[in-house]
Amino acid sequence: MELLQPGLGLLVWTLIAFVIVFFILKKYAWTSILSALKERETGIANAISSAEKVKLEMASLKNENEALMNQAREERAVMIKEAKVASDKMISEAKDKAKGEYDRIIAEAQQAINQQKNAALTDVKNQVGALVIEVSEKILRRELANKSEQENYIKQLAETVKLN
Amino acid sequence: MKSLLVAAFSLFIVTFSNTTFAQENNQNIEKEAKRGEEKSEELKPSELIMEHIMDNHEFHFAEINGNHLAIPLPVIIYSPQRGIAFFSSSNFNHGETAFQGYKLSEKGIIEAVKDDGSQDESVKAYDFSLTRNVVQMFLSLALLLYLVIGVANKYKKNGANTAPSGFQNALEPIITFIRDEVGKSNLGHKYERYMPYLLTVFFFILINNIIGLIPGTANVTGNIAFTLVLAVISLLVILFSTNGHFWMHIFWPPGVPFLVKLILIPVELLGVFIKPAALMIRLFANMVAGHIVITCFILLIFIFGSMSKVAGWGFSPVSIAFTIFIYFIEILVAFIQAFIFTNLTAVFIGQAIEGAHDEAHH
Repeated sequence: MELLQPGLGLLVWTLIAFVIVFFILKKYAWTSILSALKERETGIANAISSAEKVKLEMASLKNENEALMNQAREERAVMIKEAKVASDKMISEAKDKAKGEYDRIIAEAQQAINQQKNAALTDVKNQVGALVIEVSEKILRRELANKSEQENYIKQLAETVKLN
Repeated sequence: MKSLLVAAFSLFIVTFSNTTFAQENNQNIEKEAKRGEEKSEELKPSELIMEHIMDNHEFHFAEINGNHLAIPLPVIIYSPQRGIAFFSSSNFNHGETAFQGYKLSEKGIIEAVKDDGSQDESVKAYDFSLTRNVVQMFLSLALLLYLVIGVANKYKKNGANTAPSGFQNALEPIITFIRDEVGKSNLGHKYERYMPYLLTVFFFILINNIIGLIPGTANVTGNIAFTLVLAVISLLVILFSTNGHFWMHIFWPPGVPFLVKLILIPVELLGVFIKPAALMIRLFANMVAGHIVITCFILLIFIFGSMSKVAGWGFSPVSIAFTIFIYFIEILVAFIQAFIFTNLTAVFIGQAIEGAHDEAHH
């Protein structure tokens, strides 16, 4: 069976070829290909794990944010309430103050009016008195010339006074 | 594409076979073929098949009216008595003439001859010729180097984190498959040390399998010398990977009675050599069988044709259909055999390097 007899030439050449191909491929191909594949795979694995980490971080951040939001909302509500109370207080205070002022102003005004009135009355009284005195003086001067009339008049006056 | 290949192959076989009918041959034929219409036409299927499968000193395509259509290849002979001879195989005139004291025998072996033409038994001739298997293997390997180094340069150029492109896409899944399914699963964490060897073996066999399927090319992987070299290399790799645990299992198998041990030791010791031998025979037999089957189906046309022309023409579609079918299977086999050789080598290396933790597995 020549089919089963290995030819020496092919034997030797195959051995040489295999060894050469092995070393060439090992040096120029397999090392770089395998390291590149490994690098890529570890890169992908890292990317996936870091993505997972980021996802978790995001979730925790979201929770944190929500908590913060809730807190902020509560604080806002409290602040609004306080502000309302304060403003109501201020308004009522202002109202009270205004009322007091108003009362005081009115009282002062009344006082002033009364003073003025009294002053005016005094003045009028004085002027009337002076006028009366003047008129009386004039009458007296004229009456002194006419005795009967004078007496008449006195009588007249006396009559009116009497009734008082 | 593949069917085109098959068509080309068939056409090639047609010319190839036709012209071989014309070959004048005085040799005794194991299988007498039917007589053709012409007297000189004689069909010798077994010879044709052997010529297709065996190594040769030339790429012989056809012989038309006595003119050989062939590419002669260089012959290199070393003889302790005569020194080195280097000349073209065309000088042998296809076995018809002797040159520089050498002659091509009918079996295709180069023999030293005396001046009168008879064989000179006293002169030993070692044939290191670049036969068609050698030349084709070199060409295939050049192609392999070109393709793989091209891809490797792409990885270097583009960096690890770019998506593969072009031929990288074809090679990467194969490389990762070998690494994960062959390397990691059989060798565990030590796989990295063996990856260059395993990948080289796989692609070495694969490229030669595939190129060998192209019509008109030689059957490199179906040659026992080729598979012998690969088997010896894998044996060496296995032996260099062995540890004490491995040898302990062979020379003192644990857990068996003393008398059984005496039987087991030679069996286990033989097993060390039988495993690579099985690798050698498996690849060789598979590839040879595939080539024989394809050639047979094509030759059936001419066997029928030599009975009657009508039968030959009538049978050709059937034959072509079967050939196409087998061709597809052979493409599959080219990958499978390369994988099996690599995988079994990895399995054997795995057995050699496995530690004591696998005590129960015996």
